[in-house]
Amino acid sequence: MSVLQLQRVTRVHGDGENAVNALVDTDLAIEAGELVAIMGPSGSGKSTLLNLAGGLDAPTSGAVLVEGTVLATLNKKKLAALRRRSVGYVFQDYNLVPSLTAAENAALPLELDGMSAGRARTLAHAALEEVGLDAKQGDRFPDELSGGQAQRVAIARALIGDRRLVLADEPTGALDSVTGEEVLKLLRRRCDEGAAGLLVTHDARHAGWADRVVFLRDGRVVDSSAPLADAETLLEGAQ
Amino acid sequence: MSVKHSLLALLERGPAYGYQLRSAFESATGNTWPLNIGQVYTTLNRLERDQLVEALPENDSGQRPYRITASGRRHLAGWFASPVQAADRPRDELTIKLALAVTTPGVDVADVIQRQRTATLRLLQEYTRLKAAEEQPELAWRLVLESMIFRAEAEIRWLDHTEAVVARTVRPEPRPFPQHADETETQALQEKR
Repeated sequence: MSVLQLQRVTRVHGDGENAVNALVDTDLAIEAGELVAIMGPSGSGKSTLLNLAGGLDAPTSGAVLVEGTVLATLNKKKLAALRRRSVGYVFQDYNLVPSLTAAENAALPLELDGMSAGRARTLAHAALEEVGLDAKQGDRFPDELSGGQAQRVAIARALIGDRRLVLADEPTGALDSVTGEEVLKLLRRRCDEGAAGLLVTHDARHAGWADRVVFLRDGRVVDSSAPLADAETLLEGAQ
Repeated sequence: MSVKHSLLALLERGPAYGYQLRSAFESATGNTWPLNIGQVYTTLNRLERDQLVEALPENDSGQRPYRITASGRRHLAGWFASPVQAADRPRDELTIKLALAVTTPGVDVADVIQRQRTATLRLLQEYTRLKAAEEQPELAWRLVLESMIFRAEAEIRWLDHTEAVVARTVRPEPRPFPQHADETETQALQEKR
């Protein structure tokens, strides 16, 4: 079962003469262990796709499934619960709560879901350790962290608990190229360990970390790239 | 690529014979640019003739090591000090292809661009995969790989830009060539004669 599935999804904003097709008849499936990048010019439907995948927006037609559940069949409360338990977000500007420590930020989804603070905190420290942050860094507030560290916290928060779908929107936006690469490596590793990732980016170098790159233009998928089998043969030709 | 300067740079580490130089070059560049051993020896002979290196006595296994000379060292320093000139780089086939695509009737430029973008991105994914495969890659190999990654990225950015420019530009239909050369050309030809 795919972790995320879009079945013939169309999203139209407005109606009549003012109707804008933000996304047209789009099929997409992401399996556990897979990182898929979405590329395309502004206005091509990248953000619409991400919002639909995370249940923040609903399709005009077609269906969005997260771990086999059709999001449209859920009421508000159930949708919110599914988003808390199954979907994690990583944003360009980290979106950490400034008045909470790194560990408290990472623990937030678990606490919102009713877990005791103590247990959530223990899991949060473990999650932070997985992204390379120690207990001392876990006790710091967001403004005491570097950009790279803050984004690590966001990734830990996105994948804490049993959540297996991470939606990343330009997650390396403000970071320098080496730190940005570390963040992507981390995202790649979490996907290798079984998460499913959807990465929206305009940067080809970042899309290079994905298993598949889907190109959008005017709300439609125009092409998709999967790497070729044998990298060594490619390099032999690079004279 | 300058085999001459590469060999001088490797000899700056210490004396070495042909096979050692070849494998050191290939390991530094991750086997990206295989060197022909014949090419290595021809280049060493030329460097010796120009007194940039000197041959040392053969070792027990009959291999002749070479050593960089003071003049070779100055030459090498000069190479590192001078930037690579644009003229030293090969012509870019993609640029030429797109320049012709926009002036050739019936070509779907957006399609040409998209095909290239997918192909280049695929290459970029492969390079990234090679890079991710090693936790601590050798620095020289990492540099070579990253240079290819950044070049691929630059190409894709240029393609994105070109696509946007082409989409916003009204292009006149390319006209066939006239049957006779126009006046100015004829004049130029006459002057030449």
